[in-house]
Amino acid sequence: MSVVTLAQVQLRDRSAGSCEQRNGFCPDWIADNWTNYVDPTVRHALLVALAVLFGFAIAFGLALLAHRRRVLVAPITAVTGVLYTIPSLALFLVLLPITGRGITTGVVALTAFTLLIIFRNIMLGLDNVPADARDAATGMGMTDRQVLWRVELPLAVPEIVAGLRVAATTTVGLAALAFFAGAGGLGGEIYSDLTFKSNIVVAGGLCLLLAGLFDALFVLIERLMTRWRRAVPA
Amino acid sequence: MAPGGARMSQFGDAIDFIFTSRESRTGGVQIGGSQMLDLLWKHLELSAVSIALAILVAVPLGLAIGHTGRGAFFAQFVANAGRAVPSLALIAFFVAYIGVGFTNVTLALVLLGIPPILGNTYVGVRQVDPDMVDAARGMGLTELQVLGRVELPLAVPTIFGGIRNSVINIVATATIAPLAGVVTLGDPIINASVYGDAGRLGAAIVVAVLAIASEIIFAALQRRVTPRGIRPERRRRMLRPSSRKVPVTP
Repeated sequence: MSVVTLAQVQLRDRSAGSCEQRNGFCPDWIADNWTNYVDPTVRHALLVALAVLFGFAIAFGLALLAHRRRVLVAPITAVTGVLYTIPSLALFLVLLPITGRGITTGVVALTAFTLLIIFRNIMLGLDNVPADARDAATGMGMTDRQVLWRVELPLAVPEIVAGLRVAATTTVGLAALAFFAGAGGLGGEIYSDLTFKSNIVVAGGLCLLLAGLFDALFVLIERLMTRWRRAVPA
Repeated sequence: MAPGGARMSQFGDAIDFIFTSRESRTGGVQIGGSQMLDLLWKHLELSAVSIALAILVAVPLGLAIGHTGRGAFFAQFVANAGRAVPSLALIAFFVAYIGVGFTNVTLALVLLGIPPILGNTYVGVRQVDPDMVDAARGMGLTELQVLGRVELPLAVPTIFGGIRNSVINIVATATIAPLAGVVTLGDPIINASVYGDAGRLGAAIVVAVLAIASEIIFAALQRRVTPRGIRPERRRRMLRPSSRKVPVTP
């Protein structure tokens, strides 16, 4: 079935000019066809956004658990490490019989991939909190829960966001293979015309652009969440 | 979504494909079983050559940048930008612009493997305690000796972290090498019309197992090449109060 849909996508109009026939890099072709890339780009961004969102939710829960019970750090790192190691393409295909073709399989596999990066960075951020800050908070009469939410997590924001940035940019690259799971994305465009230079440049360029946008978004989030840094006079 | 029984039988067929050969759907060619060994061998060959070349390029470059501090921006840029380049786009770029074949795919995989190693080598050298470097210089070591005997050994665990990341990337990306004419374990995945669904799933399972196996091997290697003095379990012992009595000065 997938072969049929791919064949249809391949029917690009190459007769219009000689540039396409010579397989050069064709600004005119791009100007005429860029609308074809809008939907895959949106889908690509959606895959990454959902994967990072779910990945963060799961990794955050695991990190809070491991923060309280340190013995859990090693097993959680091991399990998420295995998930990180499995090539995304293989994971997409192994999941196919279980979750079926479509965006679910894509998001599940990509989420699995983000867990290690995000988990490790949250733990790093929590471990880097100065003991003095923790002591001061306890001395002020804060409960463990208050120390966690009002002192430790806010101080860990830079490391946590750094993890999210790495996770997001990596996931943009991996999502380029999600079309093997029928989840769409820019990879489908790349794959549909692998030898056409203009297509490769546009689709590949959009991937890089998306990675840059996600990165910028997280930098912005970090700025907004670490206002306390600027409250201290330099 | 397939019902439970059908689902299990899909995995059963895939496992069967890995171990027993049969004629391809299109006829004429033997696939599965021992043919998987050929694919596995090609996959390993491509990955090993690529990772070796990536190490040869990235480690000396990262050491030089880390030691001199010159080109630090370059190292960080390559490490960050490299992560964002989709492997599929890189392979496609090679197919469209440079060409197919073993040499070209190797070159693409080397490019993919360099950023994590370069970034980690640079960081590894940079985070060596400046006091130790000063002490080494004070002992009369030349710059090259400082790099080789102090900075490199202390950076080895970090460098190996980068190498492990590159291995993961390269083994994964070698899976789509058939797009560029190199018949690796990805062939049943890319050319599912020849291999059928069982072949596709079987190859995916083999690729996953291969990736996990290489990760375990490299993690073990990382522990072996880490100098004794900075192995984690050793460090903990050193932090414990020593038995030697040190005179307390007021």
